[in-house]
Amino acid sequence: MISLKDVSKKFNTKQGTIIAVDDVNLDIKQGEIFGIIGYSGAGKSTLIRLLNGLEKPTGGKIIVNGKEITSINEDKLRQVRHKVSMIFQHFNLLWSRTVAENIAFPLEIAGVPKDQRLARVNELIELVGLEGRGNYYPSQLSGGQKQRVGIARALANRPEVLLCDEATSALDPETTDAILDLLVSINEKLGLTIVLITHEMQVIQKICNRVAVMEGGRVVEEGDVLEVFQNPQQPITKRFVTQVSDTTQTMQTIQNLVDLYPNGKLIKLTFVGEQTEQPILSRLIKQFKLEVNIVQGNISHTKSGAFGTLILQLDGDASAIDEAIQFIHEQKVSTEVINND
Amino acid sequence: MINTLFPNVDWPKMWEAALETLYMTAVSTILTAIFGLALGLLLFLTSPQQAWANKLANWLTGAFVNIFRSIPFIILIILLIPFTKLLLDTIRGPNAAFPALVIGAAPFYARMVLIGLREIDKGVLEAARSMGAKTSTIIWKVLLPESMPALVSGITVTCISLVGYTAMAGIIGAGGLGTLAFLDGFQRNQTDVTLMSTILILILVFIIQWIGDMITMKIDKR
Ligand SMILES: Nc1ncnc2c1ncn2[C@@H]1O[C@H](COP(=O)(O)OP(=O)(O)O)[C@@H](O)[C@H]1O
Ligand SMILES: [Mg+2]
Repeated sequence: MISLKDVSKKFNTKQGTIIAVDDVNLDIKQGEIFGIIGYSGAGKSTLIRLLNGLEKPTGGKIIVNGKEITSINEDKLRQVRHKVSMIFQHFNLLWSRTVAENIAFPLEIAGVPKDQRLARVNELIELVGLEGRGNYYPSQLSGGQKQRVGIARALANRPEVLLCDEATSALDPETTDAILDLLVSINEKLGLTIVLITHEMQVIQKICNRVAVMEGGRVVEEGDVLEVFQNPQQPITKRFVTQVSDTTQTMQTIQNLVDLYPNGKLIKLTFVGEQTEQPILSRLIKQFKLEVNIVQGNISHTKSGAFGTLILQLDGDASAIDEAIQFIHEQKVSTEVINND
Repeated sequence: MINTLFPNVDWPKMWEAALETLYMTAVSTILTAIFGLALGLLLFLTSPQQAWANKLANWLTGAFVNIFRSIPFIILIILLIPFTKLLLDTIRGPNAAFPALVIGAAPFYARMVLIGLREIDKGVLEAARSMGAKTSTIIWKVLLPESMPALVSGITVTCISLVGYTAMAGIIGAGGLGTLAFLDGFQRNQTDVTLMSTILILILVFIIQWIGDMITMKIDKR
């Protein structure tokens, strides 16, 4: 869907040349949610702006939807932009227009006749859950509602790619979750490819299939979100991963746990995304004559299942404990016995 | 009562002068709005990073605006006499005042237009570009509507300046309340005529300010 080959972007400023994007190679597949994470100044915004031609690369090739956007003229580029739309951290709505008029704007640009515009706007208002707000002005909306308008506006011309530049960074955690859910449902319903940039690992963890980690203009690590979570290579990636699950802390307290729960067995389950913990726990309790206590848990729910660790105390008959451990093994959850009696 | 306070005022003549002032102000405000907007947009769009970024064009427009903004209006009228003669074949009457009024006021308004346009959030312009908008669409559907409150309050201030300019133009024979105050009031030593002209001009200015404030408030949805 999107492919970048040796893409660089340099800015010449009074202070000298800034290499904002440095020799980046990426392949983003049709229909996936691709995350790019990095700290401020890493070059994320510049990279995403290259994808719709708002910036021209100083080197390399960018192919979006089969078109080499680096070499086409301004007219064709404008056509491409109807199909590669964008949402922003600060929403960037026109304050002089109502919600409905804001959503209609890209349709006006694309030359859609008025009656069709009205119908499409109503559809979009419903899609993003803003029924009844069509005649409000942006100043009358909350941040989350403004971003919904931004999303509706971006979807107006039925794009194939949606670029999100820190789309949730100005929102509180609950609103962030609601907007991320909306993005996932759009991705599933419309088959839209989403490229999302953020500095928050929670966002990547929650909705992305794959992730690229950017530092100093370079992509330093790339892969499936789960793999990157489980096995981060670069120091910067490790820092991002610890944002969500602090495993080092877990390790330090294990000895304390052993002292605290001297009976039965302490076992550590590691979830790698294919399962969620709830069905396993409930079956464990129902099927085996055991006391099951949750000692400690650190589970993150990603798009493809749970990831993280759970420490359980199993107390009861020794053979029942062994059977239970066997059962957990069969659920494709790796288990580790922390202590013996 | 009013005739004892203003014994020398010729009311029909005063009324006619007021209408002339109104006419000059209205027409010159419309022309100034058009030329000022065009100049302001040109200044904005030729500045660095904008759609028509061009150092030379930006410098030339800037120089034109700054020079004509700096020339005192009364001197500008005199400087423009040959130009007016060439354009209109006369230098007397309300119409003859227009070249000087517009050339004097448009650069002033252009600066205010520029300030208004610069206040527009850069992100909004970027959003419009990301939707595939042409520069003409950006001008009509983003730049002008998004800066409208600033444009309206700017034209209100400019319009009030233009009332003053018409009075000055009156001294060299453009007509209106300025001419009346100068010829009938000052030169014939009839203070009441000058006073009445002043009162009418003040009323006009207050009405303009009130209308301008009303519109600005009504259109500002921020
Ligand atoms: N138009 C520009 N001119 C000069 N430097 C720029 C420009 N845009 C971005 N940069 C620089 O490029 C680097 C990357 O910026 P950006 O892509 O905004 O990073 P991020 O979005 O990851 O915070 C920064 O050092 C920034 O100052
Ligand atoms: Mg950024």
